[in-house]
Amino acid sequence: MLKTGPGYWLLIFVLASTVAWGIYAYVTQFRLGLGVTGLNRPVYWGFYITNFVFFVGISHAGTLISAILRLCQAEWRRPITRMAEAITVLVLFFGAGNILLDLGRPDRVLYMFIYGHLTSPLMWDCISITIYLCGSTTYLYVAMIPDLALLRDRITDWRQPIYRVLALGWHGSHEQEQRLQTAIAILAIAVIPIAVSVHTVVSWVFAMTIQPMWHSSIFGPYFVVGAIYSGIAALLLTMILLRKIYHLEDYLKEIHFEYLGELLLAMTLLWFYFTFAEYLTAFYGHEPVEMRIFWAKVSGPYAPFFWTMVATDFVIPLAILCNRVTRKIPGIAVASVSVCIGMWLERFTIVVPTLVNPRLPWARGSYTPSWVEVSLFAAFIAGFILLYAIFVKLFPIISIWEVREGREQGVAEVTERLRGYLPGESGLDQPAKAGS
Amino acid sequence: MPRWGMVIDLDRCSGCRACVVACKQENNVAPSTQEQAESSRMISWINVITVVEGDYPDTKLRLLPMLCQQCQNPPCVRVCPVGATQKSSQGIVGQIYPRCIGCRYCASACPYQVKYFNWFKPSWPRDFEHSLNPDVSVRPKGVIEKCTFCVQRLQRARDEAAFEGRKVRSEGEYIPACVESCPAKAMYFGDLDDRTTEVAHLARDSRAFRVMDELGTAPNVIYLKEST
Repeated sequence: MLKTGPGYWLLIFVLASTVAWGIYAYVTQFRLGLGVTGLNRPVYWGFYITNFVFFVGISHAGTLISAILRLCQAEWRRPITRMAEAITVLVLFFGAGNILLDLGRPDRVLYMFIYGHLTSPLMWDCISITIYLCGSTTYLYVAMIPDLALLRDRITDWRQPIYRVLALGWHGSHEQEQRLQTAIAILAIAVIPIAVSVHTVVSWVFAMTIQPMWHSSIFGPYFVVGAIYSGIAALLLTMILLRKIYHLEDYLKEIHFEYLGELLLAMTLLWFYFTFAEYLTAFYGHEPVEMRIFWAKVSGPYAPFFWTMVATDFVIPLAILCNRVTRKIPGIAVASVSVCIGMWLERFTIVVPTLVNPRLPWARGSYTPSWVEVSLFAAFIAGFILLYAIFVKLFPIISIWEVREGREQGVAEVTERLRGYLPGESGLDQPAKAGS
Repeated sequence: MPRWGMVIDLDRCSGCRACVVACKQENNVAPSTQEQAESSRMISWINVITVVEGDYPDTKLRLLPMLCQQCQNPPCVRVCPVGATQKSSQGIVGQIYPRCIGCRYCASACPYQVKYFNWFKPSWPRDFEHSLNPDVSVRPKGVIEKCTFCVQRLQRARDEAAFEGRKVRSEGEYIPACVESCPAKAMYFGDLDDRTTEVAHLARDSRAFRVMDELGTAPNVIYLKEST
């Protein structure tokens, strides 16, 4: 946070250029219309909606780690919470941004709020994501206050006024500590059902229509599982990169990757279970309309996407994560990248094949994304990394006060807790001698 | 309250597509270009779908004029986030162009694929703009459009009827452009709830069916299947 090397500036330059190119692509689309994409009739949704679901999915990283692990009192979360929460907040903007890209009339986006119809799942989406965005931003901010106060006191360059304002007069008094802990606890509990509702509602945009292979009740939980899956993978990738670049080996230890790697493995299996259930059900029902889409994915034009998805979402991560030998940082890096690619493919194979094969037996479509869609996809990824890189420079990416709290209080608390689990008053009594 | 509906007799449809041309002319839909056809973006509020069945020499060509089915239970209305597509009390599913945000959810949800999107600003060949219908708005880019049962003709009929102090007649006074133009007289239009009309009588014919009836959309467009 104190020094910036040439490598950083080069990264910023590359990312900013990609974003600039994306802006050019969008201006072209805004000027001419959505015709500059590869979308058509009947494939009305393509890259933008896929990316929307994908980015919103990744936002589940922060919630899982911060909120759930906080509530479970898992001490190992401490160095990870800040970077996870930052992912959530930033990626949500890009997720929602993809909807803006997709609108034929983005100048009318406020109509969703002025004239919103609550019968539309897209409206539920809008409400849910807005609440999630506000909630997770608040959560990130509140949990940063003690660190902002620390920066206010230590850093004296141009950034100090920012910290002073944001620190809200924190001086670490007991009363303030109590308030902070209460606020964080409330937010942590509140943000979990909100996050679950977000991706459920995103899935319902598809599931609430009567289109074949979309109209499935499994979509709600399926998307949430997929979101947590891609979220953990993205988080692991972020952790590995930050650890390497900023030499955080002391903070992000093997054990953190061990635990998150095991979580990722659990999600691999859970994802496979849901996917298998979904496709087996469709296959056994053998409805002609659904089977056309089924075969399009399994052996038809979308087979390369489908089977790559199975390989990258199940085979590769399972192989790497199932044993202790490969479940180390290099292996986890490969598995995480694989999962990110696979989850994007999963979103794509849900959105597009159904639209390509509508119910009417005589209508068939095809979809090839145009340079505009690909550029905007790249620009959004670059934009996310860019904002994240700026975040890392302005705010400590490891929660300083939480790690300190872990050292000062966590150790004692955990020891006390462990004692409570064991038999006897203090858990230190000797076991009664047999036969006495 | 009339429930406007249409009956199309598939025994009579010759596939001439006069309805397609008449509709485009009446409703300010620009003629489709080759580029649009190749990129699967043609806009035809009514279109005659041709399906070839069987192998030569036992082939059979089936023709199905497909337009907005004006469902009584429209999937598109349910999913529109801003209420740009709404069902009127007289059974017409309307499309409000200044409200539409172009999200294309309705187009994705429609099982009949009869919602059309303006991918670019519509453009007409030179001098064509002189033939635009002043009663129908010209749509901007980025909004959805679809068949409205020529609701501008209903408005005109209502105005004339109000001037004369009566209601719009349940058949014959208000006719969409496609019905009017059909040379084979394959299309009938009127109030489906008025049992005295021919359209209501044909809607209860033994040959009558609705496309994808099992979906529960309850279309107000009824077809009479071919008798061979």
